[in-house]
Amino acid sequence: MKRTGLRCIPLMLAFAAGHTLAADNTLRLLTWADYAPKDVIEQFKKETGITVEVTLSNNEEMISKLRATGGSGYDLVQPSQDRIVSAQKEFRIYKPLDLSKVDRKLFIPSMLSATEKITTFDGKVYGLPYVWGTDGLVVNTKAAQIADYTDLCNPAYAGKVSMRLKRPTLMAFAFALGENPFKLYSNPQQYGSLMNKVGDKLIACKKNVKYFFENKEQMLGDLRNGALVGAMMWDSGGWKLNSENPTLKFVAPKSGAMGWVDTYALPARGKNDTAAYKWINFTMRPEIAAKIAKSVGNFSASQGADKLADPKLKAQFAASFPPAVMQKINWYPAVPAGLEEIEGRVLDRVKAAS
Amino acid sequence: MSAIPDLELAGVSKHYDAFSAVNDLSFSIAPGSFFSILGPSGCGKTTLLRMIAGFIEPDQGDIRIRGQAMQGVAPNRRPATMVFQHLALFPMMSVGENIAYGLKRRGEPAAEIRRKVSAMLEQVGLPGAEYKPVSALSGGQKQRVAIARSLVLEPTLLLLDEPLGALDLKLREHMKIELKQLQHAIGTTFIYITHDQSEALVLSDTVAVMNQGRFEQFGTPQSLYYQPASAFVAGFVGANNRYTARVNALRGDAAECVTDGGLPLIGRIVGTPPRPGDAVELFVRPEAISLAHEPADLAHCDLTIEAEVDSLLFDGANSSVLLVDKASRTPLRAALPQNGRFAHLCPGESVRLGLQVNQVWGYPAR
Amino acid sequence: MIRLLLTPTRLGRLLPLWLLLAPALIWLVGLILLPHLDLLWLSLQTRGDGGGDYTFGAGNYLTFFDEPLYWRTFARTAVMSLIATALTLVTAFPIAWYLAKIAQGRLRQLLFVLCLLPFWVSEMVRTFGWILLLQSNGVIPHLLQRFGFTDQPVELLYHDATILLGLVYSSLLFMVIPLANTLDTLDDSLVEAAYNLGGNGVSILRDIVLPHAAPGIAAGTIVVFMLTLGNYLSPVLLGGKNSLWFTEQIYNQFITRFNWQQGAAFGFLLLILSTLLVWAGLKLTGQSFGEAMRKS
Ligand SMILES: Nc1ncnc2c1ncn2[C@@H]1O[C@H](COP(=O)(O)OP(=O)(O)OP(=O)(O)O)[C@@H](O)[C@H]1O
Ligand SMILES: [Mg+2]
Repeated sequence: MKRTGLRCIPLMLAFAAGHTLAADNTLRLLTWADYAPKDVIEQFKKETGITVEVTLSNNEEMISKLRATGGSGYDLVQPSQDRIVSAQKEFRIYKPLDLSKVDRKLFIPSMLSATEKITTFDGKVYGLPYVWGTDGLVVNTKAAQIADYTDLCNPAYAGKVSMRLKRPTLMAFAFALGENPFKLYSNPQQYGSLMNKVGDKLIACKKNVKYFFENKEQMLGDLRNGALVGAMMWDSGGWKLNSENPTLKFVAPKSGAMGWVDTYALPARGKNDTAAYKWINFTMRPEIAAKIAKSVGNFSASQGADKLADPKLKAQFAASFPPAVMQKINWYPAVPAGLEEIEGRVLDRVKAAS
Repeated sequence: MSAIPDLELAGVSKHYDAFSAVNDLSFSIAPGSFFSILGPSGCGKTTLLRMIAGFIEPDQGDIRIRGQAMQGVAPNRRPATMVFQHLALFPMMSVGENIAYGLKRRGEPAAEIRRKVSAMLEQVGLPGAEYKPVSALSGGQKQRVAIARSLVLEPTLLLLDEPLGALDLKLREHMKIELKQLQHAIGTTFIYITHDQSEALVLSDTVAVMNQGRFEQFGTPQSLYYQPASAFVAGFVGANNRYTARVNALRGDAAECVTDGGLPLIGRIVGTPPRPGDAVELFVRPEAISLAHEPADLAHCDLTIEAEVDSLLFDGANSSVLLVDKASRTPLRAALPQNGRFAHLCPGESVRLGLQVNQVWGYPAR
Repeated sequence: MIRLLLTPTRLGRLLPLWLLLAPALIWLVGLILLPHLDLLWLSLQTRGDGGGDYTFGAGNYLTFFDEPLYWRTFARTAVMSLIATALTLVTAFPIAWYLAKIAQGRLRQLLFVLCLLPFWVSEMVRTFGWILLLQSNGVIPHLLQRFGFTDQPVELLYHDATILLGLVYSSLLFMVIPLANTLDTLDDSLVEAAYNLGGNGVSILRDIVLPHAAPGIAAGTIVVFMLTLGNYLSPVLLGGKNSLWFTEQIYNQFITRFNWQQGAAFGFLLLILSTLLVWAGLKLTGQSFGEAMRKS
């Protein structure tokens, strides 16, 4: 056993050496699944000669990875807009954007200004909008009637629903319980007691949950084959299932879908900002943005991309979000630092309950 | 001799595919005897012993120990214990625990076990060695512990598979004598396997010479030595001059022969009487050859040969001389008499050899 | 003495020795000692509520004892790991025996390859293999229903037993190899001798085979116990909503709650636990660590 450990060292060194060889013409991108489709990467390489190396991740891991390396190792990351300021405040993992290098005309103006506002820290802007979407419900309409998050807890569906054990679930259930957690962000005390209330609800609901999903493919698979009848899920996943099987529908919950915006942000010690800005301007071109939107199954912040969007996706969107429902989307405001601690304890409690 | 033999085999065989390792053996061993099985490597000795111990089931035949049929009786229920070729002492136990192992398995009371173990150690000359670790013992001491471990169970049969094989020559000589004395003292029947003829001859009351799964001869050491029943036994037991020859003429139960090298010899033929012209194998023991300078000294011999000394092989009491027949240049080996009369022979010197007809054994050639 | 050590000639003579030891020292200090000291230091900082300021103290360790979830998960992980290790031992023993004592030539190689086979794919894939087999519409529940053992597809996933299954499966090799190695060195005639002297299967196993295999058992048990204790994927994926594995707590602290200090404290507690249990196990069986690792 001991020997294998020793043998690993040269290997590790070799890997480390390999990394430093990464030249000027690579862009190391830390992002979500489907956010950088292959054909887009290929076209970018053809136009600029820059190779894009993609690492897949999620919000928490993005922050943790950058924190571990002090903001190096990647040239561009794509966290959600609400998670930027607090992480920057505590860990200093990003650098401000040089807005003069960005072609602002490519963005939908209202989104651009909203994202700029939410990601401003110490007077500097840290994020630009990339893709937006919502979290809601995917329902097997033949097998279940689920209109709000709390309906997942209906005993009729025991063992047949799923959700993630993450903060969006806490937020969603808080809204479904008739509260607005975002209003309490600045008041840790009240926020804590609201989270406890949500935690109690989730604990009561736990026996209904087949599993808390980590892997969306496994969960989507179980919705397809009927092992699940409902789940809290991103709209994109719902629409994808809907195209395969019309009885599976994405439902915007009565208490409002949860709206998120994923961004472009620069790691504090990224090495290739030039390539990063090139990628931003490239992926915001309407025709490229449309390709990306199709790959993700969500809509882009690119001005004019929705005109080029897949008509089927547009129809699904229109069906899920009539204007009144659209109005009710709860957009995540910036998360103040330290809330994770409160939420974490509640999530732990849910996890531990039987 | 009691009516029931300690060990009785009837028609026992063991085959590995087409190869018969043990072939239709039948014999019985009287209680209290020291029985050796002597044979070359691969002749089936271990297979036979393991069948008696119960590790191998015979394909055919019956094994009885003191009248009890052993078929289907597991090794741990047979009244036969075994001393393994490499001793197989348990390294994780002390000397005392090794010896106590079998007694404990029988569930004897602790005090009794302690008494028996210490008595047994006394008997094998290791008093008070109970708490020594096995690794602290010398080769000979290990040997004794292995024997003690088996004997303490007071088995009907003690089976020993070349137990001295791993020891050096000196120690082997020593242990040989100890073993003999031990067997005398306790009177258990020993079944002893060896490929060393001297061990077999020295230790045993009865010896079986085994070859290719069969017994060639079964009898006392003396009968094996002086009346070998087959060419194999004659060749295997004791040192011998060995010649292939042709029969010239028959004279009573003796045959006049000439070896392929041209040396005329006369000998007694064992088995089917030959006819002139038949091929035979002749064996002459070195100690059966008389040496003399004067023809008168060989008056009692049936045959005399004029020979020349080739070389002397000095080995103390076992010294011998290599000779060459003057007429045919056939080599012969003769023992030097103990009295030292011929101790100063020189190479090239002439001597006379004398042979008696009943000391030359002939067997029809195969 | 100290002065002597530092005289230039003395140093010159010692230099080659130091050079020889340098790689081992760098490994020991750089890759083992320093990170652990760093971790210890980190674990003694407590994160303020606002997420910003840190205070020095044992606060993170107190949190562990204050919060039942943490120490319960901790105890549960320890107990489950012990059970998994014991099950692995019991499962691996006959396999190792077969490999070392019965199988010959080609068959033996084949069996070794079979034991290695699960390691040709990543742990992730291996675990998903189990999920595919065991989930309610998977192969095994389907077969159970098909052959009339159950009238409805049963959910075989997300039980403690499923976690144990996954852990045993991915640890088996690490138990089989040291066991097979020590059993291979067991002289067959020892077993025969014991049998010949009146021993039976149970007593031979207890008195001869197990004492001989003890170093292999100790080595295998230590390795498997550490592996299961530190496993993350199998418990989390196969245990589902109730998995409750301590590594998951560490992961959560580090990754989702950005509380490295608490995570470091948890990591340290896990290290102490495994060290203690291994030490206790060796003491109980009268083994030494060095011997166990050398003999197997
Ligand atoms: N399990 C087996 N399968 C096939 N052949 C075997 C087996 N065991 C023994 N034999 C063969 O049977 C013959 C007799 O073997 P055995 O071990 O009895 O010989 P031995 O007389 O004890 O020889 P040695 O003096 O070398 O120990 C040998 O030719 C051996 O190759
Ligand atoms: Mg043998």
